[in-house]
Amino acid sequence: MKARRADGGWPWLFVLPTFLGVGVFYLWPLLKTLYDSFTETGPFGGSAWVGAENYTTLVADAEVYRAILNTVVYTAIVLLGIPLAVLFASLLNRPGLRGAMVYRTLFFLPYVALPTAISLVWRIIYNGEYGVLNQALKVIGVDGPSWITQPWFALVAVALLGLWMSIGFNMIVLSAGLKGIPGELYEAASLDGASRVQQFRAITVPLLTPSIFFLSVVTTIAGFQLFDQLFALLGPTNPVMPKTQSLVFLFYDAAFVGNDRGYAAAVAVLILAVVGLLTVFQFRFQRRWVSYD
Amino acid sequence: MRISALLAGVVLAATALTACGGNSGNDAGDAKVPDDPAQVKGDLTYAIWDVNQQPAMQELVKAFNAKYPNVKVSISLATFDQYFTKLKTQGTSDNLPDVFWMNGPNLQLFAANKQLATLDGLIEGKQVDPANYPQALDDLYSWDGKQYGVPKDFDTIAFWYNKKLFAEAKVAEPTADWTWDDYKAAAAKLKAALGPKGIWASGDELGNQGNYYPAIMSNGGYVIKDGKSGYGDPKSVEGLQFWSDMVKAGYTPTAAQNAETPGRERFFSGKAAMMWNGNWLVSMALKSPVKNDLAILPIPKAPNGERKTPIHGLANVMSAKTKNPQAAAAFLAFLGSKDAALIQAKAGAANPAFNGTQGDFVSSAPYALKTFIDAAAQYSEPYPVSKDTSVWNKLETDQIAPAFGGDKPMSEVGPDVAGKMDEALGKEK
Repeated sequence: MKARRADGGWPWLFVLPTFLGVGVFYLWPLLKTLYDSFTETGPFGGSAWVGAENYTTLVADAEVYRAILNTVVYTAIVLLGIPLAVLFASLLNRPGLRGAMVYRTLFFLPYVALPTAISLVWRIIYNGEYGVLNQALKVIGVDGPSWITQPWFALVAVALLGLWMSIGFNMIVLSAGLKGIPGELYEAASLDGASRVQQFRAITVPLLTPSIFFLSVVTTIAGFQLFDQLFALLGPTNPVMPKTQSLVFLFYDAAFVGNDRGYAAAVAVLILAVVGLLTVFQFRFQRRWVSYD
Repeated sequence: MRISALLAGVVLAATALTACGGNSGNDAGDAKVPDDPAQVKGDLTYAIWDVNQQPAMQELVKAFNAKYPNVKVSISLATFDQYFTKLKTQGTSDNLPDVFWMNGPNLQLFAANKQLATLDGLIEGKQVDPANYPQALDDLYSWDGKQYGVPKDFDTIAFWYNKKLFAEAKVAEPTADWTWDDYKAAAAKLKAALGPKGIWASGDELGNQGNYYPAIMSNGGYVIKDGKSGYGDPKSVEGLQFWSDMVKAGYTPTAAQNAETPGRERFFSGKAAMMWNGNWLVSMALKSPVKNDLAILPIPKAPNGERKTPIHGLANVMSAKTKNPQAAAAFLAFLGSKDAALIQAKAGAANPAFNGTQGDFVSSAPYALKTFIDAAAQYSEPYPVSKDTSVWNKLETDQIAPAFGGDKPMSEVGPDVAGKMDEALGKEK
């Protein structure tokens, strides 16, 4: 017994750095945020316990519901990028495709670049008066809207940017999934006379479902964290912002503009709860459509 | 069991770590500068928000280093939109820059929360003399009987226009006797002639300081007086309505269009013929492609024949918790000196606050820059602030700016904002 106990200490020493890291960088901020959400804080620190007051304000705040709706719409549009990525990935993985590397690089490039830098470029593209997008639309006779200063257009503009940025990452994950599908399956199918489209529906998509599931979880979580594109593309003083803001923007506004860190912490807890619920739901629901064979 | 005990230990350790970061700074308030400059050593951060003034600030650092070779000053630039957000966050964790730009709306908030060093030491040591700056600016940077900032510059609002565009539209050039009606009438003609080419009559940004504060003040209204909002006052509402009409008629871009392309960018790229704006744009004007076509006049008069402009100025302040109080105090004293004011003026960066140094600023550009100085002396009013100005400034951005040109008349918007603003002012402690 004694010898065992002496050994017993060592493993703990080796995992201690990890425990410390998790404790300092995850657990402590989590607990601190939870605590803060029950307090009212001063502009430069210092706080007073106010009970559930922040949460009652949160529930009564119409802006919160609007932000949830905006975030859901945004996430739904970005999720549409997954089917697109499935299509592109399977096209790019066709054997014998010339220049596949070039295409893959092009698709992946937006994912590597900084979101803020990309947003600033798209801000110019989307500009209603001088932007490239509206100039192009003019050629085909369409008078483009002012993309980033009208409520729903602005949200769609942000979402399309998010979709465009996510496709590269989605394709990398899906390509790995595609590599795992044995070639014999396709050979056997074509011997049986299945067309390319039939093969895609009966073999490619079902066998990719684990990858698709993974992407849908990751995309949903990222979607609920929408902030940087929104902030950089629309700009904080944009009059459309109150109608387009996301949950994280609401958090930013409360914490850093309004100096109300307690309320901001309550918003953060709400985001955590919503994302947690959605993820649990997705894991429950996956049994119906994901095949792990 | 053991895991949870360990976790508890970790949490405790983390708490202890965070606690260590707390208020351990020494009070820099009575910092004095030693007589021998070579003794002053260390690194300083100097935070500013205007990229147009950055070259001038670098020149100031260079001149400072000629006297104090052992202090390294690094300039940190953030855009104005994020500047105070960043400072408040840094203040929360006791990491404020050593010396930084401050404005009127934020002074009381930072001073009352003990983030700023007082200038008592510097004033007693005769390194800073408040008498060197306009009284109104010293007052703006004093709180509770103590001075916290060394005024850096001051600004007023004037009427900028593009001579070439007026000629192109065959509209007679403005004069100093213009009224709001003349401004509107000219806008109509400019729009008819230049509108089809994508050029705006007035590239006004619908900003508070540049546009609706001067309109309200000229018309005899007010923004804040004795802790009460003036947005419900009929005279203030008329000032707001002037800009609303300009937007509605299509002479001035809407707040949304300004969010996409700021008015000053339109004006300085020849896409707008007129605007009301401040003297902080002189260095931007000199770099613009239309720099030879620009001219400056006093802002047009209100229907009552009066004109008023808010006067505001920046100050340099130092953090109460700077790790290098001596170097920071030396730098602050230098920034408040006549030499520093002259360097700024020559660069056309800003109109220096140091009394009697504005001559170089006036001759730094081929425009009638004296207009700004005269405005300060003859028809300026103090810039409206309270202890927590940013709260009602947000009401202005969120509710007044988008309402210009909208369907709701300002006679509804004004009193509505006034109610909310009074509520916010009532909560200030």
